[in-house]
Amino acid sequence: MKERKMNYKVIDGVAYDEHGDALFLEENKKDYTLLVPTMLPIHFALLKQMLKEFGYSVELLESKGMEVAQTGLKYVHNDTCYPATLVIGQLMDAVLSGKYDTHKIALVISQTGGGCRASNYLFLLKKALKKAGLSYIPVLSFNFSGLDTQPGFRFTIPQFYNLAKCLLYGDLLMLLKNQCLPYEVNKGEADRLVQFWVEKLSNEFKDKKNLKYKHVKANFEPIVESFSKIELNVVPKPKVGIVGEIFVKYSPLGNNDLEDFLYREGAEVYVPGLLDFMLYCIYNNVIDYDFYGMKKIKAVVSKLIYKFLLKKEQDIIDAVKKSGKFVPPSLFDDTIKSRKGYISKGVKMGEGWLLTAEMIELVERGFGNIICTQPFGCLPNHIVGKGMMKEIRERNPEANIIAIDYDASASKINQENRIKLMLSNAKEKLLENKED
Amino acid sequence: MNLNKQIFKNSGTYLGIDVGSTTVKLALFKDNELIYHSYNRHLSMIKSKVLEELKKIKPLIEDDDVYISFSGSSGLGVANELGLPFVQEVFATSELVKTLEKDTNVVVELGGEDAKVIFFDNGTDERMNGTCAGGTGAFIDQMSTLMNVNTAELDELSLKSEKIYPIASRCGVFAKTDIQPLLNQGARKEDIAASIYQAIVNQTISGLAQGRKIEGKVMFLGGPLHFLKGLRRQFKETLNLDDEHAIFPEYAPISVAIGSAIFASKQRSHYKINELIEKVKSIDTSKKVTNTLEPLFVDEKEYEEFCVRHSKATVEEIDVKNYTGKAYLGIDCGSTTTKLVLLSEDDKILYSYYSSNKGNPVEIIKEQLETIYSIIEDKIQIAGSVVTGYGEELIKKAFSVDEGFVETLAHYTAAKHFNPNVDYILDIGGQDIKCFKIRKNSIDSINLNEACSSGCGSFIETFAKSLGYDIKEFSTLGIFAKKPVDLGSRCTVFMNSSVKQAQKDGADVGDISAGLSISVVKNAIYKVIREASASALGKNIIVQGGTFLNDSVLRAFERELGRNVIRPVISGLMGAFGCALRAKNLGIEKSTIISYDDLKRFTHTSKMVRCNGCGNHCNLTINLFNDGNRFISGNQCEKGASLGETHADMLQIPNMFKYKRDKFEALFKTERIEGRKTIGIPMSLGMYELAVFWKTLFEELGFNTELSGFTTKKLYAKGQYTIPSDTVCYPAKVMHGHIIELLERKVDAIFYPSLTYNVDEKIGDNNYNCPVVAYYSELLRSNLDELKEVEYLYPYLNINSAKELEKGLYKSLSKIAKIDKKQLKKAIKTAQIAYEKWKFDIRYEGKKALEFAKETGRYALILAGRPYHIDPEISHGIDKLVTSLGFVVLSEDSVSNLAQAKNLNVLNQWTFHARMYNAAKFASENDGVELVQLVSFGCGIDAITSDEMRSIMENDNKLYTQIKIDEITNLGAVKIRLRSLKGVLDERKKNEL
Repeated sequence: MKERKMNYKVIDGVAYDEHGDALFLEENKKDYTLLVPTMLPIHFALLKQMLKEFGYSVELLESKGMEVAQTGLKYVHNDTCYPATLVIGQLMDAVLSGKYDTHKIALVISQTGGGCRASNYLFLLKKALKKAGLSYIPVLSFNFSGLDTQPGFRFTIPQFYNLAKCLLYGDLLMLLKNQCLPYEVNKGEADRLVQFWVEKLSNEFKDKKNLKYKHVKANFEPIVESFSKIELNVVPKPKVGIVGEIFVKYSPLGNNDLEDFLYREGAEVYVPGLLDFMLYCIYNNVIDYDFYGMKKIKAVVSKLIYKFLLKKEQDIIDAVKKSGKFVPPSLFDDTIKSRKGYISKGVKMGEGWLLTAEMIELVERGFGNIICTQPFGCLPNHIVGKGMMKEIRERNPEANIIAIDYDASASKINQENRIKLMLSNAKEKLLENKED
Repeated sequence: MNLNKQIFKNSGTYLGIDVGSTTVKLALFKDNELIYHSYNRHLSMIKSKVLEELKKIKPLIEDDDVYISFSGSSGLGVANELGLPFVQEVFATSELVKTLEKDTNVVVELGGEDAKVIFFDNGTDERMNGTCAGGTGAFIDQMSTLMNVNTAELDELSLKSEKIYPIASRCGVFAKTDIQPLLNQGARKEDIAASIYQAIVNQTISGLAQGRKIEGKVMFLGGPLHFLKGLRRQFKETLNLDDEHAIFPEYAPISVAIGSAIFASKQRSHYKINELIEKVKSIDTSKKVTNTLEPLFVDEKEYEEFCVRHSKATVEEIDVKNYTGKAYLGIDCGSTTTKLVLLSEDDKILYSYYSSNKGNPVEIIKEQLETIYSIIEDKIQIAGSVVTGYGEELIKKAFSVDEGFVETLAHYTAAKHFNPNVDYILDIGGQDIKCFKIRKNSIDSINLNEACSSGCGSFIETFAKSLGYDIKEFSTLGIFAKKPVDLGSRCTVFMNSSVKQAQKDGADVGDISAGLSISVVKNAIYKVIREASASALGKNIIVQGGTFLNDSVLRAFERELGRNVIRPVISGLMGAFGCALRAKNLGIEKSTIISYDDLKRFTHTSKMVRCNGCGNHCNLTINLFNDGNRFISGNQCEKGASLGETHADMLQIPNMFKYKRDKFEALFKTERIEGRKTIGIPMSLGMYELAVFWKTLFEELGFNTELSGFTTKKLYAKGQYTIPSDTVCYPAKVMHGHIIELLERKVDAIFYPSLTYNVDEKIGDNNYNCPVVAYYSELLRSNLDELKEVEYLYPYLNINSAKELEKGLYKSLSKIAKIDKKQLKKAIKTAQIAYEKWKFDIRYEGKKALEFAKETGRYALILAGRPYHIDPEISHGIDKLVTSLGFVVLSEDSVSNLAQAKNLNVLNQWTFHARMYNAAKFASENDGVELVQLVSFGCGIDAITSDEMRSIMENDNKLYTQIKIDEITNLGAVKIRLRSLKGVLDERKKNEL
């Protein structure tokens, strides 16, 4: 891993490290705009606001359509996974749009770390900038593993914690929205409520007091309550869970507006929260020690953080339960347990065992209809997704799983036709249950 | 058609309409009787076809209440737009089976572009092909076009087959790369036809059944399985089904339509036929396509200017009647087309020919030579002849051509004629895309398309035909298309789906034609050339190859680059033209080419045999000519072709792949000691690194070991049906076969550790294994039920710490025997030393090989891949091919300690790949050392490494060559690449001197 020393050269007002990578310095914070590809609209809106409080000016990229993928294909090796194509395509599209002063922007990209290709996204983005002759634009890595840190883009532990709070809010809002939207009597009510809360919470962030966890926790119940007031007409609808590679699972850009399609087809959607993925990443540090005796201190610290965050997840569960109206998320400790007998915790590249665990958990929680989304040719998914389906189906006859590949040229009609097949089965089952 | 069954509970009028990707099927029932059914191709004109059919049935059901349902991939759009019921086609099929044939266990249904398998035992389990799977009706269409027959003729042929060739069963493009060389080598069409069907069967079994056996009563549905008897036969044979268990119902082609009718009968709403006709009439066919691009030409005037500009790059032609003297013949025997050029002393064209080789290039060239001889009479003498292309060797032998010329150099020679300062040549032919960058009068880098992205000429042609147009008409429609459809830029299978979508959205043929041209161009630029801007290609760009004869493609290319390029008028003839120029430069007086008299007696027959020269058992095609000459092809080495000097020389050239293989061969030999438990070790993936470690360790601990050995096709087939993900790399897929093999050899346990971290050689930022190597153990456990028969050990181990290793192994091995900790500790130490010695030997031998190369003035070529690439079934004998060209073969691990790659533009975090970077660094730093990267299809990691490897090599002015390998066994394309490399190296050397 590259070590960043603080001696750097300045050329044309841009600081470069000894590898020639453009640096983002503390002082750049004041007049640079960070461009961030959106993955989850609710969460990212909150994160943007939080970063603003840290002194960053952030712009979320929400562009869609073929151009994004086309630009990506231009700048990234075409066999690279689809999320890289999209994220880099979206960033390059923005950079080249002429909308921004390219000397006053920095690009943010997430990096998971670990043995998956995704650890290389950052490097692919740098290559793309080089290809376009824009190497002076700093690239900032957002990760939990301490990879490639930039001097002006480092977070203190309290700051990380504050970002995690955005995930808590985001997960809760997403969960409630998903459970109301298919049944709401007055169309659009759930969405509007989400907007209300995003705005209200964003405003709250401006006052440090409101960032105290006590305050955050106190918000959970009113949020749940506000959603429970939405008038619903609960008719039986097929319940569909979405799992998969993190980007195509969440991002409408990545999965061709999958959630929207499912709503239109008359389904209820369940998407496991982003906090789970964060907990999974943290928990993997514990596994390195448990399995291989590596990095003891990191493991101990990670375990503490894990336990700490788990309590917060429990608070959300309690708040949702209290309403008696909504299905709460499951505690991550239970998620870990659910994979037992199927796959080892040792499988920790990409979404790893979490993906398998989420499928099993969904089946157990009544969301037996599952779409497993993956970028075409996703390496970990061969094992944790497609590789586990046979056994999950055999042991849970009610499981109705379909794997959908996403790719720059995979046609929507093929994807939708396969999803329709899954939905036909789901609807038939629903009828059978009704007749019983 | 009589269904002999009461299908519906109530009498009524039920209509099922199945609109698939290529056909419309109707089934109409009235009072439980099938009163009308039809099966028609719709040629993308869905609305009018459906309307036509509805009008036909109108008199039959004038006043009835009609219950209707649509089905099929294109039916979805229609149903949605009209607000009529829709049933997903697989679901419709299961409705049908549940009603008509209750005791069916499995349904196999092939459609135009979809393939499905439905299992009925223990609840319905439905499978559809994924995005990367073309083994369907459209695939058969493509293959027939390639063979120049129609589908019925293909079927006829297949019934007369004698043998089956292995043809990649994954997707159409792959199969094509297998079939084309077979055709060129003169394999019997009958056998190829049956082999194509067999590929579809294999595809269905491995891609769809995914671990579930197709057995019991199996019903075969869909058009292809109804009409094609040969395909049926192949399915029956492979699945081992007798007539009682293989059901081919008469209603197969309309099965989904019947299923939809059943679904319709359960609906509440009904319509009068007139109402339906009005509804369908109301379908808005005006453009809805959202992803459209700029038109290729604004108006006719722009097109005219374009034509004038390009007509300037020309070669003068003279009438052969007015010429006497010497002439030079160039032949380009390409994969799909054959080209000839006869050149005068002053470089004017006397005669030229361009045509599809119709699967039999020998016959075509014979005819052409006859023509040439008849027109040149005695006043022109052929003073030299040169041949290039796929069929180079065959043609050279058949007609005693003076010389074979490497394709790339032939094209460069031709391009130089048009512009001596040419910077870049792009050639898009029927199957290949070739790009060469020229620097300092020499080819600087070569890019060729991968087997997986052959979005080339033959693709557009096949598409044109499937839409009912010839290629000329089709491309003309594209030129003035107003709104070309954006179809993406990936492999042809994906494009098929994109086209389907565009058709559904109402795009017209011209827009699709233009869209396809743009896609082909984008594929070439972004996927093959891998450049983001035109400036990287240089100023003087020459484009050629048959595909550029298509003005839409040429225009799209100029548009995409934002720069004008030169297209010689003889664009399609450039290879042959280059050969003719070369023939002139040979400086010989009289060509050895077959005389007119001998030509009249010329005959050519071919037969197939299996070579027994070595364990590869290649399928050889022996071409016999009337003069007793013969030409053998299909061999992976030179052994089959000749047992003469070449082979003897070859044996003496060091080959690290062979050295390593011999080492493994010795390792595979094990003896069992009675009373000891036997641990099986499956040989693929990471085992090619650590097998010696594990074997030593287990034997030290008092176990017998059993290693599954090298992969064979047969071994692979044993586990094929348990592979859950058909896009995973081949080395992973064969693992299933290795496990079954070990079980057959009766072992007590199978050991395949899960290693997140690979051996830490301190040469990268981290030392991961790739996700597939690391965790395939988990997938095997969950997908191979047979593994329950033995103790399957797949512990998570830390290979880099003796202490942790001991802990992990103790826990795992204690499951099968009592382990003494002290003994285990000692065994680990012994195993570590054995492993280190193993690596030392490889490096030592590598050094020796390098010295040999230096002393004998040969090039050393590093075949840089992963350790498991030495498996002969994985690398298909590429190393032998390399030695036969005179190169010393090195492996990446034999030199990875000799250089250290620094400051990479990627995260260097996988051990095997870190070795490749070092090997590339070593090659780039040393004269006489070259590198070819082996990439397994589906290896996602290599999407990262290949660009980086290229940049390491090219930074030091070295050629980078990549070879993609898969199940494909034919080495034709590989040979061209390697020969080009050799040709360029030789030329560079010559220039330096």
